[in-house]
Amino acid sequence: MLLVYCPYCQVERPETEFSCRGQAHIARPADPDTVSDEDWVEYLYLRDNTKGVYAERWRHIHGCGRFFNAVRHTVSDDFLAFYKAGEPMPDLDTLAKEAGK
Amino acid sequence: MSDLLASDLITPDAGENPLLSQPSVSILKAAPLTRLSLRLRNQSVKDAGDAFGAALPVTPLGSSVSDKRAALWMGPDEWTLLAPEEELSAVFDAIEAKLSGQPHSLVDVSDRSEAIIVSGEKAEWLLRTGIFIDFSLDAFPVGTVTRTIFHKAPVLVWRTGDDTFVIEAWVSFMDYVSGLLMQSAQELEAA
Amino acid sequence: MSQPFRTEKGGRIDRGDQLTFMFDGEQMQGHKGDTLASALLANGVHLVGRSFKYHRPRGIVTAGSEEPNALVGIYRKGDQTPNLRATQVELYQGLEAISQNRFPSLSFDVGAVNDLLSPLFPAGFYYKTFMWPKSFWDRVYEPIIRAAAGLGRPPKNPDHDSYGNIYEHCDVLIAGSGPAGLAAALAAAETGAKVILCDEQAQFGGSLLSEANATIDGKAAGDWVSGTIAKLSAMDNVTLLNRTTAFGYFAHNYIALAERVTEHMSDPDPKLPRERLWQVRAKEVVIASGAIERPMVFPENDRPGILLADAGRTYLNRYGVKVGHKVVVATACDSAWQAAFDLNDHGVEVAAICDMRETPPESLVSIAKARGIRVEAGCVVTGTLGRKRIKAALIGRLMTSGQVASGGQIDCDALLMSGGWTPTVSLYSQSRGKVVWDQDKGAYVPGVSVQKERSVGGAKGLYGLQATLEDGYAAGEQAAKAATGKSAAVTRAVASGGEAGSGGTLGAIPHDRNPARVKAFVDYQNDVTAKDVKLAVREGMQSIEHIKRYTTTGMATDQGRLSNMNALQIASGALERPVTQVGLTTFRLPYTPTSFGLFAGVSRGDFFDPVRKTPSHEWAVENGGVFEDVGQWKRTWYFPKSGEDMHAAVARECKMVRETVGLFDASTLGKIEVVGPDAAEFLERMYTNPWKKLAPGRCRYGLLLNDAGFIVDDGVMGRLAEDRFHITTTTGGAPNVFATMEDYLQTEWPDLDVWITSTTEQYAVAAVQGPKAREVIAPFIEGIDLSAEKLPHMSVRECTFAGVPCRLFRISFTGELGFEINVPKRHGKMMWETLAKEIEKHNGVPYGTETMHVLRAEKGFIIVGQDTDGTVTPHDAGMSWAIGKKKHDFVGKRGLERPDLVAEGRKQLVGLLTKDPKVKLEEGAQITSRGAPKTGTPAEGHVTSSYYSPALDRNIALAIVKNGQALEGKTLYVPMPDGSIEVEVTSPVFYDKEGARLNV
Repeated sequence: MLLVYCPYCQVERPETEFSCRGQAHIARPADPDTVSDEDWVEYLYLRDNTKGVYAERWRHIHGCGRFFNAVRHTVSDDFLAFYKAGEPMPDLDTLAKEAGK
Repeated sequence: MSDLLASDLITPDAGENPLLSQPSVSILKAAPLTRLSLRLRNQSVKDAGDAFGAALPVTPLGSSVSDKRAALWMGPDEWTLLAPEEELSAVFDAIEAKLSGQPHSLVDVSDRSEAIIVSGEKAEWLLRTGIFIDFSLDAFPVGTVTRTIFHKAPVLVWRTGDDTFVIEAWVSFMDYVSGLLMQSAQELEAA
Repeated sequence: MSQPFRTEKGGRIDRGDQLTFMFDGEQMQGHKGDTLASALLANGVHLVGRSFKYHRPRGIVTAGSEEPNALVGIYRKGDQTPNLRATQVELYQGLEAISQNRFPSLSFDVGAVNDLLSPLFPAGFYYKTFMWPKSFWDRVYEPIIRAAAGLGRPPKNPDHDSYGNIYEHCDVLIAGSGPAGLAAALAAAETGAKVILCDEQAQFGGSLLSEANATIDGKAAGDWVSGTIAKLSAMDNVTLLNRTTAFGYFAHNYIALAERVTEHMSDPDPKLPRERLWQVRAKEVVIASGAIERPMVFPENDRPGILLADAGRTYLNRYGVKVGHKVVVATACDSAWQAAFDLNDHGVEVAAICDMRETPPESLVSIAKARGIRVEAGCVVTGTLGRKRIKAALIGRLMTSGQVASGGQIDCDALLMSGGWTPTVSLYSQSRGKVVWDQDKGAYVPGVSVQKERSVGGAKGLYGLQATLEDGYAAGEQAAKAATGKSAAVTRAVASGGEAGSGGTLGAIPHDRNPARVKAFVDYQNDVTAKDVKLAVREGMQSIEHIKRYTTTGMATDQGRLSNMNALQIASGALERPVTQVGLTTFRLPYTPTSFGLFAGVSRGDFFDPVRKTPSHEWAVENGGVFEDVGQWKRTWYFPKSGEDMHAAVARECKMVRETVGLFDASTLGKIEVVGPDAAEFLERMYTNPWKKLAPGRCRYGLLLNDAGFIVDDGVMGRLAEDRFHITTTTGGAPNVFATMEDYLQTEWPDLDVWITSTTEQYAVAAVQGPKAREVIAPFIEGIDLSAEKLPHMSVRECTFAGVPCRLFRISFTGELGFEINVPKRHGKMMWETLAKEIEKHNGVPYGTETMHVLRAEKGFIIVGQDTDGTVTPHDAGMSWAIGKKKHDFVGKRGLERPDLVAEGRKQLVGLLTKDPKVKLEEGAQITSRGAPKTGTPAEGHVTSSYYSPALDRNIALAIVKNGQALEGKTLYVPMPDGSIEVEVTSPVFYDKEGARLNV
């Protein structure tokens, strides 16, 4: 059971309070009508499956209810960063280097 | 905040026998309350607190208590407001009046949850039979409030004293929550 | 005293407290402080079980949780717990134990014939033998294998014990309380850090409890332990957990401990749990799990009476038990010599010390000689004699050629062996750390820490009492510092004696016997021999993971702690690759066998899952309602009158709703309050339908899609005010709809001034449906006009019901005039009882979920999740009308335009009427275009809903059929085992197609 930090509640809580919602920073196209079929399918279904440092969405579903983002190493399960929804994605390579992965 | 202020608002239901009564821990059903879910933007926090009668805490997991009022931080734009049962309309209307023109959402959720009061020197231990939170006073001081999971049920935990906790659960989960607490407390009676 | 192998004095047992116990029906005596194993040995009992495959007689080998042979069943409260290790079972008055895997008795076992037939049971036997014919597996092979094999028998009754759970946080968790663990605990505790010290044994102290000679701070080792524990237990920041095994090390320093609470008691208070699961989040972990001795793999190394040397020493010094009267010690390292000397001190004859090494340390040899003990250097044991107990050891001399020359035999009644020590790296391995080979130590030791842990002492191959203590202090200090930032000066204890020895061997011991005729066991519990490992390699297994699975070595209850290193060395030799290139299998959890009850915890019986009840629950129980589970909810399925079966009850309920009135508890429906200036804009974006022009006081059916364009939920949205909607979702969909809405609100449209609040449990909801519905509710509703003109179909009002605040919806899921009354939940019971009484006046009925389903199916109303499956669009469901054509965007709009979703030939919702109205289709049945399709013909669709319709007096069904909407009037087939059923495709609306009944 992972230990997840909620940037809103500012506490670490067990994974059971959270739900993981997959890859982060996939924005819904602002004007779907103008999006090609291929791009819409990409938006709907296609996600990275990174072995290594990965930014993903989490929701503190049984806490404050907020969505936020976390950078997790998918092999070690180490979290390298937590940040609020709407904040920019940190540079993953830099984080990986800092963590020595 | 003190235990006394909270106990002024959260009172044992006079008509109910204690769910559990042991020397080291007891569980009492709390009397009905007015519960309001309030959502708003930062700029309305002060007005809302003024209208309600207790400031809206902005510290995560914080609570503020004044005379027969409690405001609990639920999230960065969400508070649960507690007041005596009979003051529902008055509180609701006062806040709506003050926040008129300011974007917000005020919803009556008085009947959504029930509360129990778990207190005694073993109260913290008893909660930990089902909640994976560090309840040491350093990590979870008096006044801390949070939603979490008790075994398989979502609950709200509010520490109103060193050895006193208010546990709220949605009504249909309360049998499960109080039942498991009572069952887990059984071993405290063992010789 | 009838314990012939008990020493005169010594040991940590309470000689004043004599206990009686039973083993296989025979009454014996022991003492408080004994384990079952030590008490059996005190009574001269070595034979305690039969081996798994060959049914060979087996005796106690170890004194710890790694015990492979002494698995017993313990009777308690009329049932027995199988496969407990006698070395861990604490003796109590009246304990009843049985041996396992023998028939009819331990000393005469018919399965022992397997041993004589052993050439037929090589490695991979099961894989090879039972391959053909395939049909024999279920009926012939498996039952025979299952009858002959197996260890204990599972208990027959439900577990009558309870199991506790506790979540805990600490700064430093220390697993193991030997010298390193105790020193770590002292050092960490002194800083004020919150410390948990756990040990699987009843007493803290680990190896110090077996120590007879060494002293710490001038005290006997055992006394130092007692003093240390007393000191630690007086500290508020320290939790001491004996009988508690750290069995699992998970991500982010999450450790699972199993505490055995009552099993050592003869008559525990039933209020106590049998075991408690500790789920600990530790900032830092100190693994002080020590090391265990390796068996030597010589022929017939499995006779009862053959034990590990350190176990012999433990039984002697800790339990006051001599493993025999005449003992041979076979070793490859120094430590076993001390066992010989300790036994000798208690008057046991040590027949010989056979050390593989050509020149064992002179210091040891001279002590042995001074004691008159025969020393055979450069000697190995090449076999043993005896059947149920060792009678003699065969000795062989190692020649420089590598051959072994016979050295005769030495009579004995016990043999102690030591192949050296293996660090216990299980927890480190579970923490995802990779072990590394240490050539000097001849062992795998923990490598780089992956999590916040450190191994100390024996667990990392560090031996010698003083060195171990120092390592423990340092680790405890570092761990506390890392966890809390604090440090403290600790007076470090100084040890005398207990120096580290040297030596050790790995793999099979050379011998002069006929290799085809002898068995040298690597894994006792799984009956894996050195030959089996070699055979596995000959047959092509290259990876140690494959060898493990092929031979089952290392798959015993000790997870290979005893056997892995020897197996690895043998495999390495056979593969002609160094050990380091063969690799080690990963140690998995649990560290020792752990009961299912511990994992289940409180999740059983009434508390298996939350049981959510509705406000009408009690009334329904009292009135004979039959319930069904809908997720966690208990909902009334139907209300049979006496003598009615389900069919009759549902038919009556349906009829009465359409003729008079019915009352239904709809409280479980998801409810969300959408509030804020942008409430309508938000719904406009979420749901397919247009919302902005919906007037306050009116309702609209809403369809929710995902962005792929498929239906995920539906409900009715009532507009209470410009900025306030009360919307409903399906019962099962409520949490997901709420989460989806939060997702869009928070992450896509954070600029919208709107918030959602779940009010599912705020309101109790009663649906009153039927021609008399208005008359039923009229007496209780105040403040509004209920007439059709003032309150048309699809309206909502705030008013009062019997004096309590109420949100009244005029909506219908039955096709009849209908109302749904929402009152605050505390009034739900009152509302239900009031209405239940009132409907009687109108000849009305309460109805359950089944009738609700039938009535809606007659009207062709879909149930999301039953008539849709996540691939159905509004167009497929015949609900294009629900899509706001002029809307610029809503969730799913773009998805609906995808080529696949507008293509011809999609499956569409239709009605089906069986040609024979009495025939009812099965939900889920496949639909074909021909009556007798060839095997492999793809289905045209499937039946999603099927009911007997009382209104039509015939069976009806809904189905999803390819191009269904164009097939109306056509005949299709539903092939079933006893023939195809002919069906006609129809509109999904079977009843009151014009909706005349709604608008009254």
